[in-house]
Amino acid sequence: MRDIDEMKEKALKAVDKKAMFGEDIDLDEYDRAYVPHQYMAEEEICTLPDDVQQRLVMSGLDLSEKERGGTYFQKDTTVVHCHSMEQGIEVIPMKEALEKYDWVKDYFWKLVSVDQDKYTASAYLELHDGYVIRALPGSKSVYPIQACLYLDKEGLQQNVHNLIIAEEGSELHIITGCATAPHMKRGVHVGISEFFVKKNAKLSFTMIHNWAEDMMVRPRSVGRVEEGAVFINNYICMKPVRSIQMYPTTYLDGDNATAMFYSVIVGSPGSDFDVGGRIWLNKTGCRAEIIQRAISNGGRIMNRGHLIGKAPDIKAHLECRGLILKGGIIDSIPQLEGHVEGVDMSHEAAVGKIAQEEITYLMSRGLSADEATSTIVRGFLNIDIKGLPEQLRAEIDRAIEASKEAM
Amino acid sequence: MLTIEDLRVELAGKTVLQHIDLEIKPGETHILFGPNGSGKTSLLMTIMGYQQYRVTHGKIVFKGVDITHAPIDERAKLGIGMSYQRPPTINGLKTRQMIEICAGGKVDVEGLAKSLNFESFLDRDVNAGFSGGEIKRSELLQLKAQNPDLMLFDEPESGVDIENMALIGKTIAALLQKNVPVEGAGPMVEYKKHRNKMGLIITHTGYILEYVSPDKGQVLFNGVMACTGNPNEIFKCIKDEGYEECVKCAI
Ligand SMILES: Nc1ncnc2c1ncn2[C@@H]1O[C@H](COP(=O)(O)OP(=O)(O)OP(=O)(O)O)[C@@H](O)[C@H]1O
Ligand SMILES: [Mg+2]
Repeated sequence: MRDIDEMKEKALKAVDKKAMFGEDIDLDEYDRAYVPHQYMAEEEICTLPDDVQQRLVMSGLDLSEKERGGTYFQKDTTVVHCHSMEQGIEVIPMKEALEKYDWVKDYFWKLVSVDQDKYTASAYLELHDGYVIRALPGSKSVYPIQACLYLDKEGLQQNVHNLIIAEEGSELHIITGCATAPHMKRGVHVGISEFFVKKNAKLSFTMIHNWAEDMMVRPRSVGRVEEGAVFINNYICMKPVRSIQMYPTTYLDGDNATAMFYSVIVGSPGSDFDVGGRIWLNKTGCRAEIIQRAISNGGRIMNRGHLIGKAPDIKAHLECRGLILKGGIIDSIPQLEGHVEGVDMSHEAAVGKIAQEEITYLMSRGLSADEATSTIVRGFLNIDIKGLPEQLRAEIDRAIEASKEAM
Repeated sequence: MLTIEDLRVELAGKTVLQHIDLEIKPGETHILFGPNGSGKTSLLMTIMGYQQYRVTHGKIVFKGVDITHAPIDERAKLGIGMSYQRPPTINGLKTRQMIEICAGGKVDVEGLAKSLNFESFLDRDVNAGFSGGEIKRSELLQLKAQNPDLMLFDEPESGVDIENMALIGKTIAALLQKNVPVEGAGPMVEYKKHRNKMGLIITHTGYILEYVSPDKGQVLFNGVMACTGNPNEIFKCIKDEGYEECVKCAI
């Protein structure tokens, strides 16, 4: 109880605290009131209107659930579907989990601090829901678990808190799609995510954003990776959005732990991205890789990357490539910090345009100038994400393809 | 047929080619010799349509169409293709996809690759980290998929080891219909009649002469076509006397 009072006090003090980066949002302009929605049975999800279904599919959702091990679906403030078909994997709405299970408090707000900024404070004080996904020790999921955070109500601020726990020796794959309804324009999404990847576990987390032109998005996520464990974090956003600011941070706290961050961002006119990735390599033998691809079609993209080597025999690499196709700004800020002897850290960053030489090469093989250009852009976005199951890789490729069609 | 008349080409404000006349008839293969920097690559790039090679005089006609100022893709569609000396790397585009692009659709990529011992490279990005010899095989593989009527080879054998030389020599000969019977053809003399592929091959080493029996040899010297004749004789002359002497004797 003391805990809760303390946290509440901290949160209350931080309600006006601006974030370190990104445009400040006046949260008073948004509505956080509870929006009731009917719970949906599995088959009902497939009967959603076509344009809604399409938005969900573009965010990586498999509506038939054939290739998924479970589903969490939150519409505005309310959980409308939640279940797991996979042995050893639990998918529970956050509020229910907080009421029913004592162990949840060992994870809740343990990595992200409530008073980091006004967004974390708001998520603490007015939590709507979110998911807890937990893979029991040694369990291996065949299909990824999918989660969808969907906004339907104009002007809403959605506050979500997620816990992702991969217990010792487990393997867990999650696809989270965030999307707005076809009619929706303006809103805020605040998403707290805390990742616990325990000894020798493997977690892949793929987030696909599919927002609207006037959406403000403030994810706050922190992960802790134990000995011999692997955390793969993929982020894809190829659709217009007003502003996204996030700086997911991961602590590699056990020997030989690995973290890999991959991101693909396409910045349309009017979109403002301030997206980073920070990985602490705290123990010997840790590995980290941050790979960022950014295309600007007139938007503004800030790509931050920060690797901190605190132990010997660590290896860390950061690669950021940007293409400016139709105006806009790409600002790449890679940072390396070595604290001891025996660290091996590197980065490469390049911002430019498509090489004319590559276009003409493809034209001499029969493509038109336009076809050649889009072929090169596709190639540019086609990063090889290592360590993913084939099926999930295909899923990501599909999401990228679908978004490229609409580009 | 490819016809080039009194061509003059500027590159970066400097004349790199002038007074170039060339005629390649259907079924013919020509060899282009010349010292480093003499303008060989420039000539091929000009035929392919690279805009930085500015044609300031003369014209290029292919299959009866004046292509002097046509864009590259139009020339490719008309049936001109090239094996490059130094092609660019395309990150994220797999060699497999590139072969399909060249073929203009679905094609037996594995089979084609097998013929050039290139299966293990199909899932690598186009030219990314390829060695000198591997690039040559990759280029030939692309050309094979594209199968154009006029093939421009820019030093297809430089940097290639002995074993792969035979592979490359035979592949080029096959592409130019030099050693395979054309369907419905009778004896060797008959093949020749059915042969319609045209080739223009740049070589320094002359190895390719052992695999392809060319119809004509020419020497580019300082941007000018300095002599024309039997390719084997020209090559022997260059070997024995050097370019400068060889060019003298021809004039
Ligand atoms: N971008 C450029 N700017 C200026 N000069 C150039 C440029 N590219 C090529 N050149 C020059 O044009 C001339 C002809 O070059 P080209 O590549 O056609 O020679 P080449 O006969 O193919 O030589 P090699 O046998 O070495 O391949 C050379 O003097 C070369 O230095
Ligand atoms: Mg050359």
